[in-house]
Amino acid sequence: MTPYPPHTPHSSGSRRTPGAVGDSAPRPDGPLKVRGAFAYSSDLEARDMLWGTTLRSPHPRARILAVDTAEALALPGVRAVLTHRDVPGRNLHGAMVVDQPVLAVDTVRYEGEPVAVVAAEDPETARRAAELVRVAYEVLPPVTDAEAALAPDSPAVHADGNLLRHVPLRRGRAARGEPLTADVVVRGVYEVGMQDQAFLGPESGLAVPDPDGGVTLHVATQWLHVDHDQVVAALGLPREKVRLHLAGVGGAFGAREDLSMHAHACLLALRTGRPVKMCYTREESFVGHVHRHPAKMAYEHGATRDGRLVYVKASIVLDGGAYSSSSPAVAGTVATCSLGPYEVPDAEVDVRVVYTNNPPCGAMRGFGAVQACFGYESQMDRLARELGMDPVELRVRNAVAEGSAVANGQVLDHPAPVAELLRRVRDRPMPAPAPPEGAHLARTASRGESVVRGVGYAVGFKNVGFVEGFDDYSTARVRLECDGGQARAVVTSAAAEVGQGVVTVQAQIARTELGVEQVAVEFGDSSFGSAGPSSSSRQTYVTGGAVKAAAEAVRARVLARADRLLGRPGTATGLSGGAVTGAGGQVLCKLADVLGDEAVEETVEWHHRPTFPLDPHTGQGDSVFQFAFAAHRAVVDVDVELGLVRAVEIATAQDVGKAVNPQALLGQIHGGTVQGLGLALMEEIRVEGGLMQNPSFTDYLIPTVHDVPPMHVDVLELADPHAPYGVRGVGEPPNISSPAAVAAAVRDATGLDLPRIPLRPEDVAGLTGPAGSGGR
Amino acid sequence: MRLTLTVNGEPYDIDGVAGTESLLSVLRLRLGLSGAKNACEQGQCGSCSVHLDGVLVCACLVPAPQAHGRSVETVEGLAGEDGPHPVQEAFLACGAVQCGFCTPGMLKATEDLLRRCPDPGEAEIKDALAGNLCRCTGYRHILDAVRMAADRTRALEARP
Amino acid sequence: MSRPAAMDFLLPDRLDEALHAMAAREGTVPVAGGTDVMVRLARGRERPPAAVDLTRIPGLARWERSAGRVRIGATVPYTRIAGELAGPLPGLAVAARTVGSRQIRNRGTVGGALGTASAGGDVHPVLLACDAEVELVSARGTRRVPVREFYTGPGRTVRAPDELVRAVLVPEAEGPQSYAKAGRRGALVVATCSFAVALRPSRGRVGTGIGAAADRPLPACEAERFVAGELAERRLWRSRGPLPDSVLTRFGELAAAAASPADDVRGSSAYRRHAVAVLARRALGWVWDDYRADRTAKEAACA
Repeated sequence: MTPYPPHTPHSSGSRRTPGAVGDSAPRPDGPLKVRGAFAYSSDLEARDMLWGTTLRSPHPRARILAVDTAEALALPGVRAVLTHRDVPGRNLHGAMVVDQPVLAVDTVRYEGEPVAVVAAEDPETARRAAELVRVAYEVLPPVTDAEAALAPDSPAVHADGNLLRHVPLRRGRAARGEPLTADVVVRGVYEVGMQDQAFLGPESGLAVPDPDGGVTLHVATQWLHVDHDQVVAALGLPREKVRLHLAGVGGAFGAREDLSMHAHACLLALRTGRPVKMCYTREESFVGHVHRHPAKMAYEHGATRDGRLVYVKASIVLDGGAYSSSSPAVAGTVATCSLGPYEVPDAEVDVRVVYTNNPPCGAMRGFGAVQACFGYESQMDRLARELGMDPVELRVRNAVAEGSAVANGQVLDHPAPVAELLRRVRDRPMPAPAPPEGAHLARTASRGESVVRGVGYAVGFKNVGFVEGFDDYSTARVRLECDGGQARAVVTSAAAEVGQGVVTVQAQIARTELGVEQVAVEFGDSSFGSAGPSSSSRQTYVTGGAVKAAAEAVRARVLARADRLLGRPGTATGLSGGAVTGAGGQVLCKLADVLGDEAVEETVEWHHRPTFPLDPHTGQGDSVFQFAFAAHRAVVDVDVELGLVRAVEIATAQDVGKAVNPQALLGQIHGGTVQGLGLALMEEIRVEGGLMQNPSFTDYLIPTVHDVPPMHVDVLELADPHAPYGVRGVGEPPNISSPAAVAAAVRDATGLDLPRIPLRPEDVAGLTGPAGSGGR
Repeated sequence: MRLTLTVNGEPYDIDGVAGTESLLSVLRLRLGLSGAKNACEQGQCGSCSVHLDGVLVCACLVPAPQAHGRSVETVEGLAGEDGPHPVQEAFLACGAVQCGFCTPGMLKATEDLLRRCPDPGEAEIKDALAGNLCRCTGYRHILDAVRMAADRTRALEARP
Repeated sequence: MSRPAAMDFLLPDRLDEALHAMAAREGTVPVAGGTDVMVRLARGRERPPAAVDLTRIPGLARWERSAGRVRIGATVPYTRIAGELAGPLPGLAVAARTVGSRQIRNRGTVGGALGTASAGGDVHPVLLACDAEVELVSARGTRRVPVREFYTGPGRTVRAPDELVRAVLVPEAEGPQSYAKAGRRGALVVATCSFAVALRPSRGRVGTGIGAAADRPLPACEAERFVAGELAERRLWRSRGPLPDSVLTRFGELAAAAASPADDVRGSSAYRRHAVAVLARRALGWVWDDYRADRTAKEAACA
């Protein structure tokens, strides 16, 4: 099947523990998941449970004149109807900027904004009651265009104006105020539509009131602790009276970084004194979480005749929607990634993220780097055409390497094999011509007529983990104990398992460091130390680092204890195969004998190396602790008359530092690549006048198995000396460059400019003229 | 109404089922069989796939009363007394499970395919799974798993 | 669980019981596969007083061939149409194969498609191209309506509120047929637009149907007349000679002219009009090539 270099066995330690770092260890939650017995948040139940539902604004911008809940409360079976007046604490939340009401007060700023919540004996009654809440709105014209929102005369979405963050970036001549000129100049304006994370498991949770007057919330999330802070504030309770537990998560991709039903369910449970379950429908899920920012990007690249980049100018506007969510950080990422993984001496970039009355945007896999990559890689192809140069050669010529500086001025102090990644995807043999598809399923439109093959390349990069001075540490506890004569380890952290496999990785690390096969991984709740979020490709690095450090501390104590037991200080040097080993790898004693009844436990709060803020005027600063890179080659067949695209093959090359779990790693690369394919070809939330047009899986299309081509993955393992085991974050890079590569391939087939993704059939068929497409 | 049906071989009588309820709602909320997942309410994701009288269906689109007197098989009934179904084993072995929300539906669709077509080619596998969305895996490991399950099932059946 | 909105769900096993129920209460909804009805119910925006299950009425779940036509009962699912009728009804079988997913095809029915009459439903263009007839039945009696007179507007048909679609009668193919569907995704997608064409050499007729390019499914009458005239004039039915590109192109243009497409999230009106022209041109080219080679549709494996 997929050619993949066989992973090399872990080299340290005399006897290798099965399931250690480097093995494709099986997921510990796998058996439950294939039996249908894994408890996702939407599967939770409690005795005497009520069902909660949310009344949402039908308008993107309106004043609330009055809310009347009497009729809803009178419906038999209804137990509570709550509005903003019933929020005892702070009626605002936000993971970064606290600007979003828990329940709307006097204004609604987007379609779907929560106005009231209802608890009733069954879901149907709750839903009907919500319909009976009478809200009088004064409808206002919505602010729907991000660029227009920046005009001084635009209505303000929030009192302090529509500019949410401006990140200016000035390098070289631009920083010195000198004009930017070059022999060859290419310009383009590119757009990216609003993508949805479209995880399969909708937002849901169960809030259970506690006898101490507090509440316990079981919820699917990416970061318990940041949710906890916000729920505590909304409830106005002491921290210890609010407990958050991770429930089974059906995918995340950034859409679970903000609160959804968290505070609402807790408010209802506390008011009614009964457990309350809330579970969004798919339509509600579309308005219940943030999306990938739509972006409009005006780029200008200057180069020498022999294809060396001289400068880049860019003005990038992101539509942040109605509330801030992660927008400030996304804007920072766009700026830091805006030049691509290329050496660019001079740069003048302005990134602005703007409030509008469109659906709020925030985190989605790739976090701004996806949009920027589509911009700068489209420009690289345009420049290659202008220069008559091979597009890969142009990229290789300008590629950064270890020791290069990127857009924020940061010098890469770890491997950055950009040229190598490009060469690897380029040098793969091309796939054979595909037979005409003929009549099967939805593709009955062509028997090979007008089908043209296209090939496109892209390379992208992004920071791993949080940036700009934020300390996204992780906490892990490792216990080594004896259980019926067998040594086993128990790892505890609050790292959210969202499908990516952090639960597997933690066990692999404990096996590696402690030489025991039996490892249990337990989820810490909000009373345990934070693990930071399952986002930004960071958990293997950061929580992995914490587990490694805790396990090392445990090992040191066990070895010291063994030394005492053996009466020979310094003889015990390692743990392997459930035994204590000496310098030559020989077994000194069984681990069980050393441990006895006394477990050894260590808890470590682990911090990656510090990062620093960006200079507010120049966007310069060592804001990132690690960058990650991937390149794609996409091969497509395009029905150029009908504008329909079929991916034939996608090749990926990615540097992962260390393949901790090769099989899970491939799963990340496949999945990320396909989400990018979806953005290139079909995935877009269409918003008109602030109203979402397609909040369903009938009309928001994500790739099916029929849309996915064979994917060849080439993994490089160039260790990052700063990272545990040399690992590099892997989740996002494959999502960053695949949209740009697919779009480039379609351009190659059609000869059209195609400056906007997702590519609509009318664009690809050349029907949309200069605005949407245009010839070249 | 009173609904009588068999689920994974077990008979059930359920009172007070509303005409607007779906089979999925009955399975999940009344019988506590939460293996079939609710993800789109429109038959557009396949997460709720079950067999109804041996026919693969989206349980969200089956009016519960229609299941009266009929037999339903869910993911909970896949494993036999002698251990997991080959399809379950293959999904684990191939890394076809990430978040796992699509997995019950994928398993049922795969089982259904192998009942009809013991040695499916790529096109048949894709046709069989096209109604089951997965957002995590990019499907490649799922395709591997279906092939492995087909091979193992045929090998088991070839044994004397 | 208490449910405020009661909807009776009737499970008749005889047709007359179902018809009685349909007549008894206005707004009663017939249900077979549930693929449309359940979506509407799940949103809670529709609460009919009663639903009548049709899946227990044995006569509705059969198809039979008689007098040169296939009579397909209203509750025969797409899977069976695709698997069992590819011989006599190749166009309908192809269209049935493009519907949704395996799960949807196992449940969805031609009767349901005719009841819902969505402009984008995959089977309508083929039924139009084949000059099918819809058999409607009520407590008042039975009538047959040519499918070309059946669709009256968006989601509207000549079916009276108390009537059921009992069957559709489709002439057996006497020549090649095809169904061309453009969708943005490789599977599980509602047509952006579609086109069906069926050759009836004995009558010198070329039947057509357009999907998702107007407020209802509709035939491309001008295009039909044009190509029938060209075929006759050039004596191509007999000679089986090639159809000139100019004829194919003109046929596509006339088909596009018949459409009156809307802009929506699935495609722009300009694209739809363009795509109808392309699909029509290609579909006619395919059936004509097949006619010249005397080919019939291939059966699908493991369908």
